[in-house]
Amino acid sequence: MHATVRPALSVNLPPIVTNAAARETFAGLTMRMTVSKVNFFYGSKQTLFDVSMGIATNKVTSLIGPSGCGKSTLLRTLNRMHETVRHARLEGEILLDGQNILAQDVTAYRRRVGMVFQRPNPFPKSIFDNVAYGLRINGSKLPLAEAVEKSLRHAALWDEVKDHLQKSAYELSGGQQQRLCIARALAVEPEVLLLDEPCSALDPISTAKIEELLVQLKDLCTIAIVTHNMQQAARVSDFTAFLLIGQLIEFNPTPQLFTTPADPRTEAYITGRFG
Amino acid sequence: MSPRLRWRKFVSGFMLTMTGVCAFVAVSVLFVILGYLVYHGGTSISWNFFTKLPVPVGETGGGMANAILGSAKLLLLATLVGVPIGFLGAIYLAEFSGGATAFVVRYAADLLNGVPSIVIGIFAFALVVHPFKHFSTLAGGFALGLMMIPITLRSTEEFLRGVPNALREAAMALGASKWKTIATVIVPAAYRGILTAVLLAFARVAGETAPLLFTALGNQFWSPGWKQPTASLPVMIYTYALAPYEDWHRQAWAAGLVLLGLILIINIVARAILSRGIAVPRS
Repeated sequence: MHATVRPALSVNLPPIVTNAAARETFAGLTMRMTVSKVNFFYGSKQTLFDVSMGIATNKVTSLIGPSGCGKSTLLRTLNRMHETVRHARLEGEILLDGQNILAQDVTAYRRRVGMVFQRPNPFPKSIFDNVAYGLRINGSKLPLAEAVEKSLRHAALWDEVKDHLQKSAYELSGGQQQRLCIARALAVEPEVLLLDEPCSALDPISTAKIEELLVQLKDLCTIAIVTHNMQQAARVSDFTAFLLIGQLIEFNPTPQLFTTPADPRTEAYITGRFG
Repeated sequence: MSPRLRWRKFVSGFMLTMTGVCAFVAVSVLFVILGYLVYHGGTSISWNFFTKLPVPVGETGGGMANAILGSAKLLLLATLVGVPIGFLGAIYLAEFSGGATAFVVRYAADLLNGVPSIVIGIFAFALVVHPFKHFSTLAGGFALGLMMIPITLRSTEEFLRGVPNALREAAMALGASKWKTIATVIVPAAYRGILTAVLLAFARVAGETAPLLFTALGNQFWSPGWKQPTASLPVMIYTYALAPYEDWHRQAWAAGLVLLGLILIINIVARAILSRGIAVPRS
């Protein structure tokens, strides 16, 4: 029988947190977000099955798995982006700070949970206006220039763009654009930052910069990242969830998952036998 | 060189020449028209044309000031009718409606676009002129506005759909509502295309004669307010070109040139506006 652990903010972790070391790691944590028994459907097709896990406060949690395993779907539900898709249906419960996210006003909720997408998607506006966008639409009273500088510094982009904030965001390189998108998300000071394969369109150097950035951003907010790159998950994250055809197979502290996986399927995946 | 290769080279050269000639013919038609218009219009145009009313046959020195003002008023009304309806309708089509509704509306708009302009004129006659027993600027503007709706609607919709979905997601993920996303991201990203579409619609109706024949009618004098029949450049060209008087023909040429110049200027100004700002790169 597998033992389950109830961390500070109660979450029914799946019965895959197995060994004593893992249990100890989880026990000392608070969970910013918890996902319980989530089932997800596109029309009649089910893409997530009974997924339960937690996103630990001020840690990086990565979601890995082969293409089509539902990792992006899971991430998008955390920001309620699935609601923009027709015929999408979610069952189960997702909590942010103990409150049901589905019961909240969706625009107010999304301000608390930022999202960065697979391909850099800056607005066709200046660098400054991109970062200021979230503040402006939310009618923020903060002095814009200061807030923009702060976000750009957090995203490690300030030194590269400070002299041409009025230039088009499209003049930046792909990696810079992605950091701009991170700055844009950070500007509204979200509690959680979700990243959906943020480096898949970037070169290795830009990828390294973003990874370094994620580790620094932990102190600022809670991070969840989807990646198809196992090395990346191993490098940046504290916890890793492995999904396979819509099911959460294993959710463990990253070092454990990669060195002593609890499930044979996890081992098969991380050793490159499929995926 | 083998005979076969020689034949191939001949066919290749022949086809290349033909495509070139056809391209040249297509362009030269435009330039012949322009040149003819500039030549005849240019020699007939004078300051009086812009400032004076038309004069009776036999007198010289008249102008078409009333028609220029009339056309401007008609186009203003047409824009006020056609652009808001076309623009907001396109937003609904591109951003809100489901497949079936969009299909019906789009199909209807395409049909409306294909309706002969004279039929639009009759429709406006029945709807606006007949009940009030009066030809008027309002009726003419209404008829032209109807014509602008489908053109604006369809092309605006295309440009809105062309905005990458990634931008919609980016805005919504930052907590923008649907309307805010449209107003602050989607429309600004598509505004060049939308403005071009509006201008094309504008240029198209600026030269329309048929819908004006029995709505705005025509007028040899000033047309104060909106409830009188009014002169317009296309109708003036139609009337003057058909008349048997040499002097009127010259006036018609001048009117044609002015109409063309007007559209050209609007186009240039719009392009100048469009060249500023940040465009979404094609990916």
